[in-house]
Amino acid sequence: MSGNADIYHEMIVDYSRNPVNYETPDQRKLDDSFFNSTDVTFHDSNPLCGDSIDIGMKIDDDKVTDIKFTGRGCAICMACTSVLTEIAKGKTLDEVRKIDKTDVLSELGLEHLQAVRIKCALLSLKVVKSALYTYMGEHLPDSQDVDNLKDEVANLY
Amino acid sequence: MDGYLKLQSTDSSFENLRKDFPILSRIVRDNKKLVYLDNASTTQKPNQVIDSITDYYQNHNANIHRAVYALAEEATEAYEATRDKIANFINIQNRQEIIFVRGTTEAINLVAYAWGRPHIKEGDIIVTTEYEHHSNIVPWQLLTQEKKAKLEYIGMDDNGELILDDLDKFLATGKVKLVTFSLMSNVLGTITDAEKIVEKCKAAGVPTLIDGAQAVPHMEVDLEKLGCDFFAFSGHKMLGPTGIGVLWVRKSVLETMSPFHGGGDMIREVHKYETTWNDLPYKFEAGTPNIADVVGFGAAIDYLTKIGMDNIREHEIELTTYAIEQLSKVKGLHIYGTKDISKRGGVISFNFADVHPHDVAQIIDEEGIAVRSGHHCAQVLMERLDVAATSRASFYIYNTKEEIDVLINSLNKVAKVFKL
Repeated sequence: MSGNADIYHEMIVDYSRNPVNYETPDQRKLDDSFFNSTDVTFHDSNPLCGDSIDIGMKIDDDKVTDIKFTGRGCAICMACTSVLTEIAKGKTLDEVRKIDKTDVLSELGLEHLQAVRIKCALLSLKVVKSALYTYMGEHLPDSQDVDNLKDEVANLY
Repeated sequence: MDGYLKLQSTDSSFENLRKDFPILSRIVRDNKKLVYLDNASTTQKPNQVIDSITDYYQNHNANIHRAVYALAEEATEAYEATRDKIANFINIQNRQEIIFVRGTTEAINLVAYAWGRPHIKEGDIIVTTEYEHHSNIVPWQLLTQEKKAKLEYIGMDDNGELILDDLDKFLATGKVKLVTFSLMSNVLGTITDAEKIVEKCKAAGVPTLIDGAQAVPHMEVDLEKLGCDFFAFSGHKMLGPTGIGVLWVRKSVLETMSPFHGGGDMIREVHKYETTWNDLPYKFEAGTPNIADVVGFGAAIDYLTKIGMDNIREHEIELTTYAIEQLSKVKGLHIYGTKDISKRGGVISFNFADVHPHDVAQIIDEEGIAVRSGHHCAQVLMERLDVAATSRASFYIYNTKEEIDVLINSLNKVAKVFKL
């Protein structure tokens, strides 16, 4: 029964304190915000808890050349989003397409996260994949994968 | 009604009634005593309530208002007895004005549907407030969108109190058809100056709906004095079972309402193509109701009446004063809403430095503490406060100062984890 609070280890707390690839909601409002020059940005939130994030990507030659996020969330959400942006940066669209939930969770030792918090951890993966199918729908009209990806997102958690 | 304790509003006598609540001796997580501080969400149930439901199913269960046999008569009597207890509890003369519903949410939706649809027209205004629960916002959004009417909000000042000048401004348009507000905010605990709002609305000939879900469990509420036209509250926030609540509507208004659900028990005569309606309140209670939980609700009202609502209010003032005092000493902790205890109930929303309320709730859960974290179904208010979420501790009759001390100590753990 014990140990749910053990999830608050050094790495989670550090990432939540100093998120990477992150713009504060105030920075987001400025003219030179990263989000004013992305190729795709997607927003989503967890309706019952208040985690709310936007993830933007710059895509060049089928590669995620840059990725940042903004918004507000709990420590789990902020840490997982940071880690996910680190994983996705520099990857091809196909590689991003294949990022799995365990890739994110294992990076932070959250494989056994309780069900009620899993949505905090995986919101960012949902947003990245949603951004991806949005981009594919707009730029890669021949891709057969958009609907599959939408299904995957809908069943992520 | 033996087994109830004679109570004075001192801490120790209130502590004695904890033995009526089996769940309060639960051990949770790592051998920690449960400290239940989420009473604004739902309250725990005393044996008297649990036993009354068991007794109903073991000895009296039958459908009501129909059959002539003994059990049906007993079930009907038990069901209708709660209606009388409620009439007495909130001081109304006419028991026909009390409609049993699933809870406050259903009550407000019933009004929006059965009163709102025939009465609201294009260009009309419905007024609510910035500190409402979603259940007193969304039904009005649905209605005003359907009718091309307008929804307006009475604003809230930085002290967590309503800005009643806003109401004057809306009433002056002559287009307001309903003003709806909660008697106590579920997030800030602010007690609304309801008598003043109703007085202003009456002067303008505008009906009022009061959401009493947070207030009725914690203080004496007198509908005759309040003078509103619609009043809603829930059983489960006042020691009663889940799934049962009350909508009260002034008879002169109730008579202008169309039915909500069609079906059995709400009819007088049904023919192939037309139907006539049953008498009040049965016109609004279609189908077999939640009989057992109505009986349990009656037992909850008996329990609260025995303690005395004034004693309960006094006990909660004592706890809330102590909690605000202690929480204010925690460095980096911000309490929302007024510090004026006469204007707030036993609900305290706070944020702890920059730690997200979910993380606070999770860490203190390891100490056995149940607090709510999130937006508390009040996102309009969260936007007004410019926060994503808060942590909320809310008290009831069985909480103690020692439990507040446990909460304060657990916050030190949060500070340690997050290096505050």
